[in-house]
Amino acid sequence: MAAKGWIEVSDTYCKGCELCISACPQEVMELDMSHLTPKGYHPAHTFKDGCTGCAICAVVCPDAAITVYREITKRPATVAV
Amino acid sequence: MATPNNLVYERPEAFTDMPTHYCPGCTHGVAHRLVAEVLEEMDLIHKTIGVAPVGCSVFAYNYFDTDFVEAPHGRAPAMATGVKRVLPDRVVFTYQGDGDLASIGMGEIVHAAARGENITVIFINNANFGMTGGQMAPTTLPGMKTTSSASGRDVETQGYPIKVSEMISTLDGVGYCVRRSLHDPKNIRLAKKAIRTAFETQVRGLGFSMVELLSTCPTNWGMTPVDSLKFVDEHMIPAYPLGDYKISDAIKQIKI
Amino acid sequence: MPKELWKGNEAIAEAAVRAGLEAYFGYPITPQTEILEYLSRRMPELGRAFVQAESELGAINMVYGAACTGVRVMSTSSSPGVSLMMEGLSYIAGTEIPAVLVNVMRGGPGLGNIAPAQSDYNQAVRGGGHGDYPRIVLAPASIQEAIDLMGLSFDLAEKYRMIAMMILDGSVGQMMEPAEMPEMMEVKRKDFDWATNGAMNRERRLLTSIYLNPLDEEKTNLRMLKRWKEVQTNEVRYKEYFLDDAKYVVIGFGTAGRVALSAVREARAQGIKVGLLRPITVSPFPYEALEQLIPQAEAFLVTEMNMGQMLDDVLLTVRGRVPVEFYGRPGGVVPFHNEILDEIQRLVSGPLAVQTDPRESWLTRMTA
Ligand SMILES: Cc1ncc(C[n+]2csc(CCOP(=O)(O)OP(=O)(O)O)c2C)c(N)n1
Ligand code: SF4
Ligand code: SF4
Ligand code: SF4
Ligand SMILES: [Mg+2]
Repeated sequence: MAAKGWIEVSDTYCKGCELCISACPQEVMELDMSHLTPKGYHPAHTFKDGCTGCAICAVVCPDAAITVYREITKRPATVAV
Repeated sequence: MATPNNLVYERPEAFTDMPTHYCPGCTHGVAHRLVAEVLEEMDLIHKTIGVAPVGCSVFAYNYFDTDFVEAPHGRAPAMATGVKRVLPDRVVFTYQGDGDLASIGMGEIVHAAARGENITVIFINNANFGMTGGQMAPTTLPGMKTTSSASGRDVETQGYPIKVSEMISTLDGVGYCVRRSLHDPKNIRLAKKAIRTAFETQVRGLGFSMVELLSTCPTNWGMTPVDSLKFVDEHMIPAYPLGDYKISDAIKQIKI
Repeated sequence: MPKELWKGNEAIAEAAVRAGLEAYFGYPITPQTEILEYLSRRMPELGRAFVQAESELGAINMVYGAACTGVRVMSTSSSPGVSLMMEGLSYIAGTEIPAVLVNVMRGGPGLGNIAPAQSDYNQAVRGGGHGDYPRIVLAPASIQEAIDLMGLSFDLAEKYRMIAMMILDGSVGQMMEPAEMPEMMEVKRKDFDWATNGAMNRERRLLTSIYLNPLDEEKTNLRMLKRWKEVQTNEVRYKEYFLDDAKYVVIGFGTAGRVALSAVREARAQGIKVGLLRPITVSPFPYEALEQLIPQAEAFLVTEMNMGQMLDDVLLTVRGRVPVEFYGRPGGVVPFHNEILDEIQRLVSGPLAVQTDPRESWLTRMTA
């Protein structure tokens, strides 16, 4: 099963350029037409499940607007006291 | 849940909080981000002095959380020389466009490279003068339309593009000189690795280092940001082949 | 220190070293090349920075970069080279950082010649780079004075965060004279609160000459003017010779002032009540000292090795209250002292009238 991930797009930095959208291999991103940033751009967001947390969107983003998270699949080793 | 453990990527610490003034989708921003990531990874933020150019990146100094000075158009390599010669243990880099570096500043860059100044140059080739509204640059492709070559650059009267990396790499003072592109994730990763190597070159005192980055100017090219990336791939790369133009033996040993 | 025989250019170079020069960037041009050559040996010997730049454009921007870090830095050149440096000078001024420049002037315009001249007075004092900015300009008339003013240039540049420029000509640069060097100053890096030296553990710093908002630029311009007013109050320097009872006053700087002094001495020997005012800071100009002389003066004689540039500063002060006469030798010609003596005698025999532009009658006499 593919890793599950999610992203946050910053309203402060996103300029709605769509580079992330065309780069996302899972095709889960689009511009959020129902929302405007304070600068007046429609920001990018994920519109459906399927994000793997691959961070490709963040790699292409010219405005460092994207933070990427991924669900931890491996449990951290527990230490016996 | 957002915990440090599941964080994959976040805005680099080497950036200030200020949003850039670049047009949406302009890959100047990607180049900035890569430099910021490298400075952070190498723990250089507090010992770096950047030299900003005149061009769209004139305000680069607003975005990096390092000391910065702002050079006259084209003179960044000379200014960087002045800084580095009196502060050899600090990291000094210039960030320059193609008008800045390859037109008005050709003298300064060639001689800084020839002297083997131990500085790093990030060179943004976007095939035009972005800031002044898209005029022809020395790097404008033959036939490419700009506001000062309205029917396309005519090489008969307007000369041929200058291949900067090819030229700079002929100089003995150069330790590291490569051309990369910012048009897709794979190439962006390669560009970052090159920027890292360039700064490693400087930190180790191995001579002049330059990374030429093929970059977009959606606004003046009159294309969407996504189409601009295609233009880089289809038209710029054939004219400006990506590759390692010079990597000295000592630098080849660097493991990142 | 005992007096030694020094060549002007080398004395300037050594004086700068002793004043704590940490970095030198220059490009060869006669008649100042010996400064560069001397420092190419001396600076590396002391572990200090020396670069022969690709051009004066390169040199001044290296100065700009090093100046941003707060070290003592200078370049030297001669007229055509200084023209090329004007871009950098304007940026340095606009960034409000200290830098020192020496111009060993030669005959111009254009490539001109390599003979001694003073025709860059206006460029140094008033113009040159674009924008509105003040700068300190010092004009030594001897090797000893050049040595002393070299150290002062660095002090003033740092104190007022301003360009300090020394203008002299090839006759001072090339001559040999006994002179006393100051002791070697220990180089201590000052941690100026504006210097971009990439130091750890503080807020980042920024040095730029950009003020996109005109109101900010205006504020910067006014701040510079305010600082300039302090310079005008505190830093005016000049030499007075035989002025106590003088009815005729010669005014000349640098070499022209030095030649004028010989003429004044001779005139005194002939019983003429003549004295000399020799500005050392041509910027700030000694307006007040000149003003003080107006009540006693029957006439002023301005002598320069140009077509009358400092003359404007004199006219601005005298404002038609007393006749002002001009005698110049432009193009790289150094006047003989008897030429100036003749001029003094012409003043004495009169009659003289206040003229709108004293250059006119001078030109008539020159081309007669
Ligand atoms: C001496 C001087 N000449 C001209 C200009 C005007 N100017 C500003 S930016 C620029 C071109 C910048 O183009 P480039 O270096 O390619 O940067 P880009 O904006 O494309 O990133 C020019 C000609 C200037 N600022 N200074
Ligand atoms: S790439 Fe960045 S700026 Fe462009 S739309 Fe995506 S998040 Fe926004
Ligand atoms: S992390 Fe990967 S999958 Fe998720 S939105 Fe970004 S590019 Fe798409
Ligand atoms: S004009 Fe071109 S280079 Fe400049 S910010 Fe806009 S897109 Fe980028
Ligand atoms: Mg460009």
